[in-house]
Amino acid sequence: MTAHRFEVLVSLKPGLLDPQGNAIEGSLPALGWINVRDVRVGKHIELTVDVDDAGSAREQVERMAEGLLSNPVIENFRILSADEAPA
Amino acid sequence: MSAERPRVGVVTFPGSLDDGDALRAVERMGGEAVQLWHGDPDLCGVDAVILPGGFSYGDYLRTGAIARFAAVMDEVRRFAEAGGPVLGICNGFQILCEAGLLPGALIRNRGVRFVCKPVDVRVETTASVLTEGLAPGDVLRIPVKHGEGQFVATKDDLRRLDDDGLVLFRYCAPDGGLDDRWNVNGSAGAIAGVRNAGGNVVGLMPHPEHAVDPDVGPTGGQPLFASLLSSALARV
Repeated sequence: MTAHRFEVLVSLKPGLLDPQGNAIEGSLPALGWINVRDVRVGKHIELTVDVDDAGSAREQVERMAEGLLSNPVIENFRILSADEAPA
Repeated sequence: MSAERPRVGVVTFPGSLDDGDALRAVERMGGEAVQLWHGDPDLCGVDAVILPGGFSYGDYLRTGAIARFAAVMDEVRRFAEAGGPVLGICNGFQILCEAGLLPGALIRNRGVRFVCKPVDVRVETTASVLTEGLAPGDVLRIPVKHGEGQFVATKDDLRRLDDDGLVLFRYCAPDGGLDDRWNVNGSAGAIAGVRNAGGNVVGLMPHPEHAVDPDVGPTGGQPLFASLLSSALARV
């Protein structure tokens, strides 16, 4: 059995209003950052899958992301394996 | 008037808050309230089910996302698919959406802030277990209290909601007019509640269970509970 580490990045779909992102964007100028726009808030989920085959590990994570980690009505997701993920 | 009282179950999840008021509202409106637990393997033979408001499982991940996996939800799904009346209020609405029993999703309010106040909603269709006996255009005053009540759906679902008359309520002015300033959370189409195609599964963000007693506030919830109880009674 091998441990496969993944990161799942969940983001609100483009076009959907992101009030949290807007609130952050509205606060940044107070620190002098007046050149920032398009702030979006998402989720970052890390997990380890114990299975021999790396391909099947990723396939499992995709099913988790579709079935629970994200809501396809409002969110997109991206899966990074530890090998690809920045340290 | 039949002597028989419909039995209405109210499911308590970890983090439910409004189960007590929902049970009281059922009794006050003439039904028999039945407490159900999220881990229950069956629905105790009730004639209707209410998923109450609150913050089930702490709203972890997304509102309603974890509650949909509760043991009792398998039975709720079977009951709904068999035509049984199922009402989701606030967090219960969010759970029904996450479970795929109702279309759409609820995200953070447009204004970011939690809103807690009475609002007016306009009845859009009477073809549901919640709106029998009302007329389209009727205005009901019912409180809302939520941080994540902005209804959104895919373009296709929004079109289907309109085309098939699946919108139950819209936030409106006291006279029933639609204007964005009455849209308390920025919902698409000012949608406050929806139904499924069969009209037996319904969900709304406002809290009718807080609006049945004239001593403590508006009474816009009375006709909704009356409708739910009569739908439930039809199954007795």
